[in-house]
Amino acid sequence: MSGTITYREAVRAAIQEAMQNDERVFLMGEDVGRYGGSYAVSKGLLEQFGGERIIDTPLSESGFTGAGIGAALNGMRPIVEIMTVNFSLLALDQIVNTAATMRYMSGGQFNVPLVIRMATGGGNQLGSQHSHSMEGWYAHVPGLKILTPATVQDAYDMLHLALKDPDPVLIFEHALLYNSKGELDKQAVPIAIGKASVHRQGKDISIITYGISLFKSLEAAEILSKEGIEAEVIDLRSLRPLDDETIMASVSKTHRVLIVDEGWKSGSVSAEIMARINEQAFYELDAPMQRVCSIEVPFPYARHLEQAALPQVDKIVTAAQKLMEEL
Amino acid sequence: MQIDINQASSYYRQMLLIRRFEEKCMELYSHELIRGFLHLYIGEEAIAVGVMDAAGAEDAVIATYREHGHALARGIPAKAVMAELLGKAEGCSRGRGGSMHIFDAKRRFYGGLAIVAGGLPLAVGMALADRMMKRDRVTICFFGEGAVAEGEFHESLNLAALWRLPILFVCENNGYAMGTALERSESEQNIAKKASAYNISASQVDGMDVFAVAASAKEAIAQIKENSAPVFIECLTYRFRAHSMFDAELYRDKAEVEKWKQKDPLTLLKNQLETAASGSQLDEDALEKEVASVIGEAVAFAKNGTLEEVADLEKFVYSEEVQQ
Repeated sequence: MSGTITYREAVRAAIQEAMQNDERVFLMGEDVGRYGGSYAVSKGLLEQFGGERIIDTPLSESGFTGAGIGAALNGMRPIVEIMTVNFSLLALDQIVNTAATMRYMSGGQFNVPLVIRMATGGGNQLGSQHSHSMEGWYAHVPGLKILTPATVQDAYDMLHLALKDPDPVLIFEHALLYNSKGELDKQAVPIAIGKASVHRQGKDISIITYGISLFKSLEAAEILSKEGIEAEVIDLRSLRPLDDETIMASVSKTHRVLIVDEGWKSGSVSAEIMARINEQAFYELDAPMQRVCSIEVPFPYARHLEQAALPQVDKIVTAAQKLMEEL
Repeated sequence: MQIDINQASSYYRQMLLIRRFEEKCMELYSHELIRGFLHLYIGEEAIAVGVMDAAGAEDAVIATYREHGHALARGIPAKAVMAELLGKAEGCSRGRGGSMHIFDAKRRFYGGLAIVAGGLPLAVGMALADRMMKRDRVTICFFGEGAVAEGEFHESLNLAALWRLPILFVCENNGYAMGTALERSESEQNIAKKASAYNISASQVDGMDVFAVAASAKEAIAQIKENSAPVFIECLTYRFRAHSMFDAELYRDKAEVEKWKQKDPLTLLKNQLETAASGSQLDEDALEKEVASVIGEAVAFAKNGTLEEVADLEKFVYSEEVQQ
């Protein structure tokens, strides 16, 4: 079965199927029930599954995220929805101090099969407390897995994969992707957690990216192609674990690297990727690696300012062109 | 008051085990065999022993970083706890946890958690899972009065009451959050009253009296099952030793410590037996010998334990060992 649906519908379908197939799966978060989900992902699920399994919570991020951990420890397969990544900081203690550590500090006795989904990213003029891309922070933490589905197929597949995973998995859904449309093949074999995918083959430069920046990078690649520059575009899909193998294979082929990340530069995933390339494939490089990231400001409200802060297609094209000019 | 001598003897033996275990820990700490933070439970033994007496094998227990006593009262072998404190592979957390992170899946002992109030949200989720799966179990969650100042305390009490979850909240109020006295940190110092504000049935109990704690916990668990709602017990207690081994105790009077020592739970139990005039007495010497032998074996076991291979340092970060 395949067809064109929205990213939002793909996530919803995955939740729905998982809940039908496994009584241990339930959804919990702010306004997931009666309201239908702040991004309407869970719309209709309350009617289908009832309030015992589609659980509206008070505004207690730490409380209900911790409750997700407790339920996971006690045999359930909870999906916790946090409205945005900015709000997840209120639950940072539970995610970093408990979910990520439980298995290790108990000497392997207690694993936490918890899935946490949240919206991330800017572009909706939501200002400095609703727009940031902090998935890179979470990727710092051993014990967590960090997924960033960009495509409709991945939005669907990754939720299923995350629910099968015995350890805590955080899924970051870019808020501007919920309305995007794409093909969904439910019979397709999902690409495993931790594997990047090459969306466009190219011989001249590797553009390494994830999330919504994938589409900006692909658009930039088409423009570059008209100028005779063939970019290889890699969707990381998972920020932890990172797929070093795919990254290094591409670097060894193109010898030039541009990283596109909606997170800030300082102490970021883009910095981590550069460091790994430096460690593992330095002599393959023909030019210094470059990055297109968000400008280091708390996100502004005004549209022209916010757009100026975000990675854009023209910035990616310019950065790639400059990289190609290097000898 | 009717006192069953066997019951009294069992409580006394368990409290004595904890007391002597903690004293041994202090000694091993001074010999540098135990390192890191070490928080002793001396003075508070009646709470863990009383509550665990009420707990069923299927119930879950969540404790704090001052949890050696809870672990022992739950039946985790002293040797497994001691080996953990010495950082050995035979320790109950394979040397990865230490004093603050004792775990035991078999006995449903979920830590050993060292973020104050961090265990309360877990209790909410554990109890939620039990209710969803229609299991007749209770989650017992211990925490200190310091946790009351944390947001997670309030979020969790609200969720537990709102969702009517089978949780026994046990607040061990020893008067000090590390060095900060309750009256210096809380506008309302009656913690049971705070819990009541969330529509939770809450009461205060003498945390030095093991019979009172056990009776209160048994009643609470019956009530939780009958009403499908949480219950909150505030146990008034005192720690006789410093907060941790790094604490010079500048914040409290020696006289205050001495005053509380008059209420030592072990002495109190002996006095209760005497006034009960049941004619039966504890065989203290025999109990001391028995406990000494358990601790002696535990120390020997821990000292003879093996060190986890450094090659296994990254083991248990993930369920399958994922390449980073």
